[in-house]
Amino acid sequence: MKFSENWLRTFVDPPLSASDLAHVLTMAGLEVEAVEPVAPAFSRVVVAEVLSVEKHPDADHLNVCQVDAGSATGGEPLQIVCGAANVRAGIKVPCALAGAQLPGIAINPASIRGVESCGMLCSARELGLEDVMSGLLLLPDDAPIGEDFRDYYELDDNLFTLKLTPNRADCLGLSGVAREVAAITSANLNVLEMNPVPGQTSEALTVQVDAPDACSLYCGRVIRGISLDVSTPQWMIRRLERSGIRAINAVVDVTNYVMLETGQPLHAFDLEKITGALTGTIHVRHAKSGETLQLLNGETLTLQPDMLLIADEAKALALAGIMGGNESMVEQGASDLFLESAFFSPGVIAGKSFRLGFNTDSAHRFERGVDFAATRDALERATALVLAICGGRAGPITEVKGALPQRDPINLRSKRAARVLGIELGEVRIAELLQRLRFPFSCAGDVFRVTPPTYRFDLSVEEDLIEELARIYGYDHIPANSPHAALRILPEYEAVRTPSQPRQILVGRDYQEVINYAFVDALWELELAGNTTPAVLKNPLSTQMSVMRSSLLGGLVSNLQFNLNRSQARVRLFEAGRCFMRKGETYDQSEKLAGLCYGNAMAEQWGVSAREVDFYDAKADIEALFWPLAVRFEAASHPAFHPGKSARIQVGEQIAGYAGELHPHWRQKIGLPKSAVLFELDLKILMTRPPRVAAEIPKYPPVRRDIAMVVSEDVTVQALLDCMQTEKLPVISEISPFDIYRGKGVENGKKSLAFRVLLQDTEKTLTDAEADLAIAKLINILERQLGARLRD
Amino acid sequence: MNLDSLLSEAISLFNGINDAVELEQAKARYLGRKGSLTELLKGLGKLSPEERPVMGSRINQAKETLEAALNLRRDAIQKKKLEAQLVEETLDVTLPGRGLGTGGLHPITHTLERIQSLFGSIGFAVVSGPEIETDFYNFTALNIPENHPARAMHDTFYIDDGSEGHLLRTHTSPVQIRYMQSNAPPLKIIAPGRVYRRDSDLTHTPMFHQVEGLWVDENANFSVLKGVLADFMQHFFERDDLPVRFRASFFPFTEPSAEMDIGCVMCRSGCRVCSYTGWLEVLGCGMVHPNVLKHVDIDSEKYMGFAFGMGVERLAMLRYGVNDLRLFFENDLRFLRRFN
Repeated sequence: MKFSENWLRTFVDPPLSASDLAHVLTMAGLEVEAVEPVAPAFSRVVVAEVLSVEKHPDADHLNVCQVDAGSATGGEPLQIVCGAANVRAGIKVPCALAGAQLPGIAINPASIRGVESCGMLCSARELGLEDVMSGLLLLPDDAPIGEDFRDYYELDDNLFTLKLTPNRADCLGLSGVAREVAAITSANLNVLEMNPVPGQTSEALTVQVDAPDACSLYCGRVIRGISLDVSTPQWMIRRLERSGIRAINAVVDVTNYVMLETGQPLHAFDLEKITGALTGTIHVRHAKSGETLQLLNGETLTLQPDMLLIADEAKALALAGIMGGNESMVEQGASDLFLESAFFSPGVIAGKSFRLGFNTDSAHRFERGVDFAATRDALERATALVLAICGGRAGPITEVKGALPQRDPINLRSKRAARVLGIELGEVRIAELLQRLRFPFSCAGDVFRVTPPTYRFDLSVEEDLIEELARIYGYDHIPANSPHAALRILPEYEAVRTPSQPRQILVGRDYQEVINYAFVDALWELELAGNTTPAVLKNPLSTQMSVMRSSLLGGLVSNLQFNLNRSQARVRLFEAGRCFMRKGETYDQSEKLAGLCYGNAMAEQWGVSAREVDFYDAKADIEALFWPLAVRFEAASHPAFHPGKSARIQVGEQIAGYAGELHPHWRQKIGLPKSAVLFELDLKILMTRPPRVAAEIPKYPPVRRDIAMVVSEDVTVQALLDCMQTEKLPVISEISPFDIYRGKGVENGKKSLAFRVLLQDTEKTLTDAEADLAIAKLINILERQLGARLRD
Repeated sequence: MNLDSLLSEAISLFNGINDAVELEQAKARYLGRKGSLTELLKGLGKLSPEERPVMGSRINQAKETLEAALNLRRDAIQKKKLEAQLVEETLDVTLPGRGLGTGGLHPITHTLERIQSLFGSIGFAVVSGPEIETDFYNFTALNIPENHPARAMHDTFYIDDGSEGHLLRTHTSPVQIRYMQSNAPPLKIIAPGRVYRRDSDLTHTPMFHQVEGLWVDENANFSVLKGVLADFMQHFFERDDLPVRFRASFFPFTEPSAEMDIGCVMCRSGCRVCSYTGWLEVLGCGMVHPNVLKHVDIDSEKYMGFAFGMGVERLAMLRYGVNDLRLFFENDLRFLRRFN
């Protein structure tokens, strides 16, 4: 909602500056987005008439003009040199007199190429009214010569732009804003007078409301014999323009003007275009399926049955409350009108402009709620203005009234208000605030019975009224108090890690956290995550952001690419976030943690030979993340990974994630010079930790034995470990691989794996014989089960 | 040669030696099997019984003196050797440390952790909720019925799965509903998380973060709401004198509703960030609407509560002086490392 401050001040004129007025409105919930002067400051510019124009003797593009600037210059014509192309004798233009201050320039008498010039004829740009240069600003013929141009154009004015919340449709008209200003400031309110215009003829159309739920009040009247050859008064055009509405013709301008004034949208039809004209019937009905209507904006709409129409006997005329039809619009040459003012239910209009893809001033108001007590008054007001400007004779108002919205009284308890707000307002102050708001009320003890006004659609419960009290009283005047409440300690579960712990582990291991959009390219989902049924967005911003990710890997890969393109050679990233997997009718939305490393294992530094990061570096990071949970890595394929360098990560029976080297196919596709290692883990499993329980410190020293076993290449370390576990020897406290050897002494296709075995007896010192026996058992089972051989 | 000159000759010899092996060789010349002193001892037998003990004790004394001189010299040589070794072993301690460096958290995570810890200090528990939400939780239960103009402000992303009901949550407020459905008052929670709106330009990204807060209790009134949030902002920005103000506003799920502004933290007298107003809009809040409480079967006569929602990116930008919202999601390492 945008309007002229001066116009507002004709309704209510509190003793506040423009910026103070903006402040009080903002604080009370009508946010003032901008207060801008209509024009920049300038002085000594008057309305003047060009009396004569002669070529400048010494310059092709200049003219020497004699100008009548009125009494300010003693009545003598001024000589002014002017370079504008559109200058000619007889025009009226703004003229800056000697001594004038224009935006960025001072006007003084000067000699221009040898000719005296005592002022300047002005364009709109020179006065700061427009940005583009378009010649001298031509004024109407009746502009009074000598009048100060700022007064004549009413330039000492500000444009207010309100950013209204959707509940305050009552402020989509100047009179509503004025009512609000009066309530906030206690200033006197000049209520707009709406004098009924009695019918001068008996000509009327029949109105039939076929959808009474959608339109519970319809007023219309015929006005005949108007002339559109008149121009709309300047003051009206100015107010319209300052509200951002372009002048079209006198009738349309009046309907727009009354809408701005009262908040009630109106519509004028060309009576001649209505089937049967004076003998016709206006219907308010829902559209028939497949019916079409060409709208004012030229678009032809195929109507849907939930759309409300204004129609005649033969055809649709307008999309009720949203936009008029092209055919019946009032254009130059029209002489008879049918003028409409109606109340369309918010529920019928709401959502339609969203669906149609365009919004109109009318729909914007109706879907939020228009004052149904002012419907008829607005029609009277518009009639009076049309008759005054265009002439003509009005017929009587046809009114069809159904069940208007209820305004049930609401009980407002002063005790409840005190409890909600935390401040005791008291009955006297509450009554005063309600009076300022002009809400009708009665009072019994500490309970007020308040009837919401017809222009408010947002008051239905006690809290709504409490907010009104607080707003007008001023949120600033409610103290800010410290809370007083029972203190309770928040639970702290030792078996669950805090979300920051895994993050901190990765930070400690040189990973940088990233955050990516959760919507990704469908191709990523398919090829990187193998997800053929992702959650697809109905209205994505682009195809690259069209499905919800089920994996964080794609984001990390694209971050890698982004940073490589910015000269980063070593990249280590992680992200934690929700991933989305369709699961029947719903979605699994569990959180994952994914990491990526690329480039050297360590940053280039002295004393450490450069080595590219590999699977086992990432594996150490993963083990550190899960520690002290034991994780198992099992060879398993994953669409994003190199088939031979890819693992599934198990914690007990649960799959805790995947790790691997980026598939060479992907590497090639995005042009990575080196390979990247990635992992993706289930954050929920990662967040668990085994209970902490003390254990006895062993009293007796451990015995260490190393064994080296030669096995086929295809036997994994895990297989050897698992095999040795099956012996279940209580004296063995730890078996860990510490070396792998291929080459001299080990035949082709085989490898030698060395294990450190720690043996310990909790009861006594272990003898060599006992240790030898245990080791022999291990070797034996490896030989039998895996074809292993003790290396000589 | 008499004993005294032998002794002085030996001591001066020892003191001239700087090498441990040489010293032991020199020692042998006097105290070895054929050493001068040993020879003297051997010759004792030739002396008279009267001379023997006198000479014997003199030789023994000389031997002790020599041993002591030797030890002194040994220590001195050892010390010198150690000193030389230490000098040789000296490091350039200014060479950089070796090993892995340290990474860092995203500035949004830092901001979220800060918010959580400040609210945690007065007992707000952290909870979360799904990001693919239903129409019911995102709108209807929050008193935003279908076709309500407030829905249009939300620029919702919808999920195309034939269900009509699935969407990406446009705010963290649905967590309020979910939490109140399964927990009885008194309640005191914050719900941080990602939210989505179909909007992308200089000042909007289609995904961003919010922190929702909810306190339902018997006395969680509007004045406490003001107190808690003002306290929070002053601590978040570590400025006791940070001005705050509450403006009337509208949210379908709170009544009364307010927007909270803080004095601009970037300027003193108006700048581009605060649009030359001196104020920054940072948070929406209000008293939980009775209809919302009714939806979750909480008696609004007994309990009341307040809720608030803040934009995390906005707070992070103001706190860390980030001037372009989109930087948060570009994940340029040169940007991210500034926050480590």
